[in-house]
Amino acid sequence: MLAKRIIPCLDIKDGVTVKGVNFVGLRNVGDPVELAARYAGEGADELVCLDISATLEGRKTFASLVERIAEVIDIPFTVGGGISSAEDAGRLLLSGADKVSVNSAAVKRPELINEIASRYGSQFIVAAIDARQIDGRWTVTTHSGSRPTDRELFSWAREVVDRGAGEILFTSMDNDGTGKGYPCETFAALSDMLPVPVIASGGAGSIRDIADVLTTGKADAALAASIFHYGQISIPQLKTELSLLGIPVRLH
Amino acid sequence: MTAIIDYGTGNLRSVENALKRLGAEYTVTSDTGIICSADRVILPGVGEAATAMKALKGTGLDRIIPALRQPVLGICIGMQLMCSRSEEGDTPCLGIFRADVRHLASPAVAAGEQIRLKIPEMGWNSIFRPGGESSCRLLAGIEDGSYVYYVHSYAPDICEDTAAVTEYGRPFSAVLARGNFFGTQFHPEKSGGIGQRILQNFLEMTGTCRQYPEK
Repeated sequence: MLAKRIIPCLDIKDGVTVKGVNFVGLRNVGDPVELAARYAGEGADELVCLDISATLEGRKTFASLVERIAEVIDIPFTVGGGISSAEDAGRLLLSGADKVSVNSAAVKRPELINEIASRYGSQFIVAAIDARQIDGRWTVTTHSGSRPTDRELFSWAREVVDRGAGEILFTSMDNDGTGKGYPCETFAALSDMLPVPVIASGGAGSIRDIADVLTTGKADAALAASIFHYGQISIPQLKTELSLLGIPVRLH
Repeated sequence: MTAIIDYGTGNLRSVENALKRLGAEYTVTSDTGIICSADRVILPGVGEAATAMKALKGTGLDRIIPALRQPVLGICIGMQLMCSRSEEGDTPCLGIFRADVRHLASPAVAAGEQIRLKIPEMGWNSIFRPGGESSCRLLAGIEDGSYVYYVHSYAPDICEDTAAVTEYGRPFSAVLARGNFFGTQFHPEKSGGIGQRILQNFLEMTGTCRQYPEK
């Protein structure tokens, strides 16, 4: 049976992991390579690294970092942040990424998804969608939820899949960072509608929240950052408890 | 030395990285001389069957690979190319493994299927040996139920060369083995410790293997 995936996410700025990391035994808590290896060793099913550098210098550092991370981990590796052309995606593929995720750039120019998918295949492209409810309508947003667009979540999700996205990473900006759980009904509707996997992101505060989105919410995977970084929940503990709840996960 | 065949259809970086982590000596090559004299050969998994088969034919590798006597490992599309034929682009393949490759949602399969399958199968699924224990050297030390990483829309049917099975909509060949030829539908280079052990098992195979009996 296909296992539900647990995916830690590293936000990287100028080559250093942002957000506090509460791991015992790491020489340098901000070193993304060491963290990546640590997560892979602990049973993460995939790793996502997002570049949030604002400078050209920072972006260059990220490319070489992707290369070093790809060398040490033996699980699938998704990278995102600042990808606005098929060439950007191609460079990351050569650096060792297995998939790229695109977000705002695709909202701005949807053809980007077709361009990447036709050149490298749908399995290589994850469309990340941030949305929040405005007057009862799930509105796609950019810039960390601060800028609403005129797109609606479900029609945009359908469009990016039609354009060739192989997975959807959906973050509810109403829940992100709150630790109050995921909007499971919305996830279930999205997952039922789409022929590709849906990754749930943003909002997890407990193991129960993750269990809920993987069952009631019908998500194929759950992505989280803070709960792992701050050591609230460890990956082995999470997977063991999910397994006890009858959710199929890959255990070591 | 292990030769990773570069047939120009994609990125071989992750296979290289995996061999590097295992400390293996390897070379990425399309040179038939180097491939023939390598201790082991890996046919990696990238691209789409019809294009990949055309690329093999263009370099004469379609005749060279089936005649190799050293251990050969096909990964994903690489293994599919070693089967009889693929439904993808209705492509005749190398005919080493006695299986046809079919789409995961092939009409013959999907009939009566209650749950809608997400295609491609992307993620971790478990492998089982048909009938319990098997002597396949590639799977030495691997327990039934171990999880491996898949990204694929097509898979080989079960056949007499099937060494391990995975179920996604239908049971398919996760591992094929025939004489000196091995194949995995999953990506061992992305399958954590289990994948590393499988690659290690392959790298420990040496010398000329018994070639599969002629039909």
